[in-house]
Amino acid sequence: MSLLELQRRMAEDVRRPLAAGFAMQTVTEDGTLMEERAASYITPNPQLSSFERLEIYNRQYWFRVIGAVSEDFPAVNAVLGERRFDALVLAYLKEHASISWTLRDLGAKLPEFLEEHPELAGRRYRLAVDVARLEWAYVDAFDGERLEPLSLAELAGIGPESRFELQPHLRLLELSYPVEDLVLAVRRGTPETEMSSSASQERSGPAELRLPAMRRRTVYLAVHRYDDQVYYRRIGPEAFRLLGALQEGRTLAESLTAAFVGKTVSAGRQAQVVQECLAHASQLGWLCAPRVEERPA
Amino acid sequence: MPANRFNAFTDYGVGIGLRVPHYDHILCRKPVVDWFEIISENYMIDGGRPLRMLDAILDQYRVVQHGVSMYFGNAQPLNRDHLRRLKELTKRTKTPWLSDHLCWGSVDGRYTHDLLPLPYTFEAVRNTAQRIREVQDFIEIPIAVENVSSYAEFHESEMTEWEFLNEVVEAADCGILLDVNNIYVSSQNHGFDPMEYVNSVPAERVAQMHIAGHSKFERYTLDTHDHPVLDPVWKLYERAIERCGPTATLLEWDDNIPSFDEVHAEALKAMRFLEPARALELDEVMA
Repeated sequence: MSLLELQRRMAEDVRRPLAAGFAMQTVTEDGTLMEERAASYITPNPQLSSFERLEIYNRQYWFRVIGAVSEDFPAVNAVLGERRFDALVLAYLKEHASISWTLRDLGAKLPEFLEEHPELAGRRYRLAVDVARLEWAYVDAFDGERLEPLSLAELAGIGPESRFELQPHLRLLELSYPVEDLVLAVRRGTPETEMSSSASQERSGPAELRLPAMRRRTVYLAVHRYDDQVYYRRIGPEAFRLLGALQEGRTLAESLTAAFVGKTVSAGRQAQVVQECLAHASQLGWLCAPRVEERPA
Repeated sequence: MPANRFNAFTDYGVGIGLRVPHYDHILCRKPVVDWFEIISENYMIDGGRPLRMLDAILDQYRVVQHGVSMYFGNAQPLNRDHLRRLKELTKRTKTPWLSDHLCWGSVDGRYTHDLLPLPYTFEAVRNTAQRIREVQDFIEIPIAVENVSSYAEFHESEMTEWEFLNEVVEAADCGILLDVNNIYVSSQNHGFDPMEYVNSVPAERVAQMHIAGHSKFERYTLDTHDHPVLDPVWKLYERAIERCGPTATLLEWDDNIPSFDEVHAEALKAMRFLEPARALELDEVMA
């Protein structure tokens, strides 16, 4: 067996979902006995069979990846309850194996996945999706890139045709529930952890928490980092659309149109909204100069 | 001997791993620590608090980078994005050497995030050495490869683990991060004499050592990094220092992390062996 063949075989076995009781499955999808498959490349020792030796890696893999995703979504865990959350994470990881050298990115598609699978969330589906989106926005805001914001002199020179790049760590969210208090309550009770180490991992459960009651109401949030702390800032719908359009690279004039499209708002009110929005955005350092793409010489 | 070209001729003492729960203690109390080891991947990010903390640490301490996802033994080409980010971080930390594991961990673009053991074959030697050379050429910093703890062995193997390690480092012309706890864990799981392993390592290539705690279960031993260092591991360390001289040593403690003082005190126990080795080295120089 070549090195590549061995690695392909072992990776497939290590990533195969566990059976009940965190045990390795005894039969593969095509009916092969795992005992025979493990023995084909792993030697037994007096204490452990080939199957049992492989099982150590199979279990470690799942503990590690489930642990990594769970750390990023403690509030989804709190909303769904441990049993449903474990089922969700497992289903997600079966479809989304890690394609990055860093565990940091492993949960990136979980909010999308949850949205596509309401059956995994039960009656708190919409709330759970909102919480997942906010928790992933937190991850992006926490360690996303920060650009140098526009200076006061640069801001003084902006006009209708100006385009901006918004801070790469800024995330704009439209949510069906005001979930930020819930997420904050859970995060306060969750210790900060590291992403990676080489040690073997054991699983630990989440702490018991009393969650704030939630009533359905559309809210708009800007999730951003300021002085290395992540903040959730409530913004109005017009500011949400304005910033969203700027984020897409549209000019200031185009973005203003997008902010009030389909709305009957007086010119005075429009001016006030835009002024407030841009003042906050510039104070918080969200407005940056567009990056010039590097072209090969 | 311990200051060698594989650790950029440095003479580092006893370090500990830089961990999040200790940030405040380190930055407020400024304890005297020879050096910190960081997990490179935790800082290969675009911005935010981890990098600010790292910069604050770098202002006052020496830092050495240790990676967990280079996977020198992968059978497929290196990940260029990973390499580029790693090189960027080395410019920030000015790490004198760089370590990662003698293992594999991904195939066909799918990652296991584990340090999987290699079959000890000549094909794996050639492949791994080639990849280490490529990394060394790109990063332009000495590389030290760490022996991993393992729970499985392969029918394909053509040599012992220590023969494999020796073949790889010779072919790659790189250093060794000798983890004596990993040697002990693997010796328990595979039934070899750990002292034979320590005695077989090319001492002149050892750039750094790791010590750590492990957990013993009924039928196997697991490398958990959540305990103080146990006596059999100290014995291996003592022998390794005897052979290699006073080498930069790092205590790994990654789970159930106690206070900074407790971790540091455990690490400083290594001085029992390093100080006599230093004195001996000095005597030899004076003579």
